[in-house]
Amino acid sequence: MNARFTGMARLLHWLMAVLILTMLFIGVGMVSTVSARYQLLVGIHRPLGIAILVLAFIRLAWRLGHPPPPLPADLPAVQQALAKLSHYLLYFLMFALPLVGWGMLSAQDYPVQLWPGVHLPPILPASPMLYAVLRSAHGLLAYLFFATILAHLAAALMHGLVRRDRVFASMAP
Amino acid sequence: MSHHLPHEAQDGPGPVRGPAVIVRLAAIGAVVLTAAAGFAYTGGWLTPGRLSPERVVDALEANNGQHPGFRRNHAKGICIAGTFTGNGAGPTLSKASVFAGAEVPVIGRLALAAGRPAVPDETSPVWSMALRFLPADGDEWRTGMNNIPVFPVRNVEEFAGFLAATRPDPATGKPDPAAVQAFLTAHPATAAALQTIKAAPPAASFATATYSGLNTFRFVNAEGEEAAVRWSMVPEQTETERPAPSGPNYLFDELIEAVGQGQLRWHLVVTLAGPGDVTADPTVAWPPDRQRVEVGTLTVASVEGEDTGSCRDVTFDPLVLPAGIEPADDPFPAARSAAYAEGLRRRDGEAKRPSAVQVSAVRAGESG
Repeated sequence: MNARFTGMARLLHWLMAVLILTMLFIGVGMVSTVSARYQLLVGIHRPLGIAILVLAFIRLAWRLGHPPPPLPADLPAVQQALAKLSHYLLYFLMFALPLVGWGMLSAQDYPVQLWPGVHLPPILPASPMLYAVLRSAHGLLAYLFFATILAHLAAALMHGLVRRDRVFASMAP
Repeated sequence: MSHHLPHEAQDGPGPVRGPAVIVRLAAIGAVVLTAAAGFAYTGGWLTPGRLSPERVVDALEANNGQHPGFRRNHAKGICIAGTFTGNGAGPTLSKASVFAGAEVPVIGRLALAAGRPAVPDETSPVWSMALRFLPADGDEWRTGMNNIPVFPVRNVEEFAGFLAATRPDPATGKPDPAAVQAFLTAHPATAAALQTIKAAPPAASFATATYSGLNTFRFVNAEGEEAAVRWSMVPEQTETERPAPSGPNYLFDELIEAVGQGQLRWHLVVTLAGPGDVTADPTVAWPPDRQRVEVGTLTVASVEGEDTGSCRDVTFDPLVLPAGIEPADDPFPAARSAAYAEGLRRRDGEAKRPSAVQVSAVRAGESG
């Protein structure tokens, strides 16, 4: 078994890392501004979200066909479990956030515009209450995503700088 | 399992030991904290003085009081429905499919600009027409217009300041005249705009009012030619004497009766900016000799109360634009879009209460 993630897995990981972090900063920035930047940020947010959703499908398919290298055997069981849980959570959020965003615009009866003239169909019926729930969920899931990424980053740096095992190297670009 | 691969486990230099662990843990902590601080800064949590959509909507609520379930501004309204048909002139200016000439379904809303949902009609001199054009290709256009020639402030920061200056005193229910005067002195553009607004003759009814988009956008035609534009809905209905208020909803009652008697029509007139016309400041009217192009006719065929109509849950977000209409450097469409989204987030989660305007009650009164 190879001790590193495949080149494709590493490419997807780092590409999505950049896109998702960009997306989270755009999201938290755009909902807090009334400046002219708002229209630029919203204009990036929607197509970027759909791009992340598409990449998430590709990545999941690749992951199912290419198991990752195992964690070090001397890693405590609790940390092994946390690592596994956080990875499930990261995959879940990669799908959930774009889908909730798409659904939330649908429930709001708002055009799901990728760029001028190009729209996606609604995936949910128009419903104000549903919109309110999904809009709150979209924000809360985004905070959860950012917090999980910070934990993931801290754990990766622990492996790379303190434990100095092969975990960091297995996903290094 | 990695113990099957001892050569791999030995690849790394092994765990750091001693005081170096503390240094490295601190470095990791610093990286994580920096990322978190950047996120918090981007989200505005470290700069509470920065104007946000929440603060704009909070300011509206502070002026108008809490009216759960209703729009935070333009709270009292009625849904309208009909069609828009382009006359063939639009495509020379904009490639938007709404102008192509096919009959486009339109839903919309006529409202008082006041932020309280039960104000008597005669107390709100500013009215709005908001529209949603729904062409068959899905390239939707939403726009909100008002029956005033210019907007009173130049940007959203001034809008928030204007709201603060005109906030009713809880004791008197009226704004503090000194605060209003101080704002006008500090903002001559607003003082001038209010003069322009006052000088415009008021319409007698919703049906005879001209509604102007106030903000500047860019039209782009199929050849890629761009033009800075503003637009207005100009009524076909001839002006009448303004009736004396016969009740708190007399303007809406009159509209319901008028639509019951026949369709109402407005002509969409696009005004092109001339050289040097300001596009980023809606307090400034363009000179009256600017080229005006009529691009089509809006026909309002029916009205329905907000409780059952199709307009209550819609934000007339000015950034819902088809290909062929783009934002310009006017700061308001973005600010409106952001603030409308926050307003919608709040009211969509609140229980709905009946609108003050009930179409069925007016119609029952007519037939009885």
